[in-house]
Amino acid sequence: MGLFSKLKESLTKTRQGFVEKIESLVTGRKAIDQELYDELEEILIQADVGADTALDLVEDLRKLVKERKVGDPEQLKPLLQELIAGIMGEETYAVNWGGPPTVILVVGVNGVGKTTTIGKLAHYFKENGQKVLLAAGDTFRAAAIDQLEIWANRTGVDIIKHHEGSDPAAVAFDALQAARARKIDVLIIDTAGRLHTKSNLMDELKKVGRVMSREVPGAPHEVLLVLDSTTGQNAISQAKLFGEATGVTGIVLTKLDGTAKGGVVIGIRKELDIPVKFIGIGEGIDDLRSYDAGDYVKALFN
Amino acid sequence: MVFSGLAEKLQETFRKLKGKGRLTGEDVDEALKEVRRALLDADVNFKVVKDFQQRVKERAVGSDVLTSLTPGQQVVKIVHDELAGLMGGVQSKINLAPKPPTVVMMVGLQGGGKTTTSAKLANMLRKSGRRPLLVAADIYRPAAIKQLQVLGSQLDVPVFSMGDRNSPVDIARAALENAVTNNRDLVIIDTAGRLHVDDELMSELEAVKAAVKPHEILLVVDAMTGQVAVNVAETFNQRLGLDGVVLTKLDGDTRGGAALSIKAVTGCPIKFAGVGEKLDAIEPFHPDRMADRILGMGDVMTLIEKAQSNFDSEQMEKLNKKIRAADFTLEDFMQQIQEVKKLGPLQQIIGMIPGLGSAKKLKELGEIDDKELVYVEAIVKSMTPWERRHSHEISGSRKKRIARGSGTSVQEVNRLLKQFEQTKKMMKQFTDMEKNIKKGGKMGMNPLLGLGKKDLF
Ligand SMILES: Nc1nc2c(ncn2[C@@H]2O[C@H](COP(=O)(O)OP(=O)(O)OP(=O)(O)O)[C@@H](O)[C@H]2O)c(=O)[nH]1
Ligand SMILES: [Mg+2]
Repeated sequence: MGLFSKLKESLTKTRQGFVEKIESLVTGRKAIDQELYDELEEILIQADVGADTALDLVEDLRKLVKERKVGDPEQLKPLLQELIAGIMGEETYAVNWGGPPTVILVVGVNGVGKTTTIGKLAHYFKENGQKVLLAAGDTFRAAAIDQLEIWANRTGVDIIKHHEGSDPAAVAFDALQAARARKIDVLIIDTAGRLHTKSNLMDELKKVGRVMSREVPGAPHEVLLVLDSTTGQNAISQAKLFGEATGVTGIVLTKLDGTAKGGVVIGIRKELDIPVKFIGIGEGIDDLRSYDAGDYVKALFN
Repeated sequence: MVFSGLAEKLQETFRKLKGKGRLTGEDVDEALKEVRRALLDADVNFKVVKDFQQRVKERAVGSDVLTSLTPGQQVVKIVHDELAGLMGGVQSKINLAPKPPTVVMMVGLQGGGKTTTSAKLANMLRKSGRRPLLVAADIYRPAAIKQLQVLGSQLDVPVFSMGDRNSPVDIARAALENAVTNNRDLVIIDTAGRLHVDDELMSELEAVKAAVKPHEILLVVDAMTGQVAVNVAETFNQRLGLDGVVLTKLDGDTRGGAALSIKAVTGCPIKFAGVGEKLDAIEPFHPDRMADRILGMGDVMTLIEKAQSNFDSEQMEKLNKKIRAADFTLEDFMQQIQEVKKLGPLQQIIGMIPGLGSAKKLKELGEIDDKELVYVEAIVKSMTPWERRHSHEISGSRKKRIARGSGTSVQEVNRLLKQFEQTKKMMKQFTDMEKNIKKGGKMGMNPLLGLGKKDLF
């Protein structure tokens, strides 16, 4: 079937970076024309920005080009960067401090990187001079507690755990008591991965949230939704449903060290107004960065 | 064929064309814009979409519109047929070794579900008489070995491990010897997740392959994967030569366009689908159903199967009797709500019903969502058992109490009671109708699913 080989060929050709693509797209062109806009739209779609948002961005770009009377194709890239940074936010987002302890609940679908992110966050806060406690709220997945415990040892922070199969809300309750008794600054609670469409599992998360707000007013101060940057448009549904169930306050976008761009967060930011607070760029303890508009847009374009 | 979602949009596009006998290039281009959108929204890679559009165009332009179809339906039919053709038929056999043990190697990105899928496969193949050995070759992720050991003990399948200080190559080699000594005829190797661009770790997989010569290399891919699915599948295939793909987490609401991308770039069959966290939640992959799901055409088969597995048929029979006898009470109504909730979120269930797929239609139905179910539930829960059985006799003061108890208002309680009465009436009609049709062996659908939605909420 000719389709497969043709496809392969064209795919190899598209395996250059985003920046190179935009650059090769705009350099050597004399005019900004429809073809250029079409290609730009495709580049955005390939970064998982989504058909709708990509179209909107290109339309906005078109307007901006007209407004500012831009004629040089080379000017397009900074303009697009400006537009994206405008949606995603210009500055780094601060953690919602509260408490003490500041309670951070980490949620997301299966395998996105919740537990790893918690390990990295623990390290990040500890380096910051804060006293951190972890809670092994994933009592469902096999060896999830052991996994978090290894991270606790690596980072040198304490962990509160029950046994597999116990009630995550009870773990959260104990962790809060311990956090208060031990004068902890930041308590981070791991949860089992779950598909956002399973209402019983979402109810379980709500219960964990209720237990926390009863014990510490305002808790959880931060609900971080972990999104895998290889995920496509389904991330929007994830953000919506986790948002409804748990009141997500920020996104952690993981696995940006691969080739995926996680462009879907642009649509999420637009539609649901949840900021990206951290990004994950590897499996190591240091591979976490707080979100930075410039860096993010750069990552998107590289 | 029943059309919805994309189909509806195409009908709209072609409304002006009614009665035209032949599709022109322009007609088709217009339609293909909608096709493109549907595929991109489903996360099919844009290159794959482009090529697919081209194919459809070639087939569609100049084709005679079948007399029984409108032009919109005609294009949908072509799109559907092309897509189903591209996806291929059901192919869920594992390559068995002529001389045991058969070696299966699981590979993929981080977090895709390799470990769980390894255990599921062991469980499934054991049921067909194999004696599996699970091999813990993920020496990187903390507690990955322990995870496989726990799953193995749950299934009572032996797990071979050598800790995390030996190389995956050594582990795999030793596991093979272990299998031969212990008379295991199926070796399933769980490897660490890795990025396709991580050259060092990709080489490691090549080395494992060279050492144990697997009969089957399966790529495990998350069904929610976006545009990058093509690069991932292509690289893994180039370096290892894949025999098949397992698509995981299909129990969610993803349209799963990655399936098409992967199939298109690798030509490899998608053999299995993971549909839940339990160790028996694995199924043969049905490309035809996937084609409909990607197009947003309503996955009726899945819905029916879901319903069948969730609804206790005895209970359904009882319920049908009750409806016929017209003593269907709010208590039964509650039970129905519980059953429907088990199927998943309402939006998703409704999305699976053809004709109700599009968001616009959903809006027309009055924004049915799970929150409203919760609401109905709260009202019914605040009633006494007597009240649930005598819904038409509830007095004003009782209504006030119910409203207070459920955090709603008397109007809302009234609305629910009225809707309940209407539903009851319609359900009666429905069951009478069903009795008349009486198709052999056909199960009674849950009345909440079948009808009355408009009036219900
Ligand atoms: N390359 C890369 N891998 C990551 C990153 N974050 C997490 N991972 C890997 O992704 C895999 C899954 O991570 P986990 O932290 O176990 O994910 P989880 O969301 O806790 O998974 P469940 O608890 O099973 O739902 C592991 O192999 C991690 O090492 C990242 O930023 N980059
Ligand atoms: Mg975890």
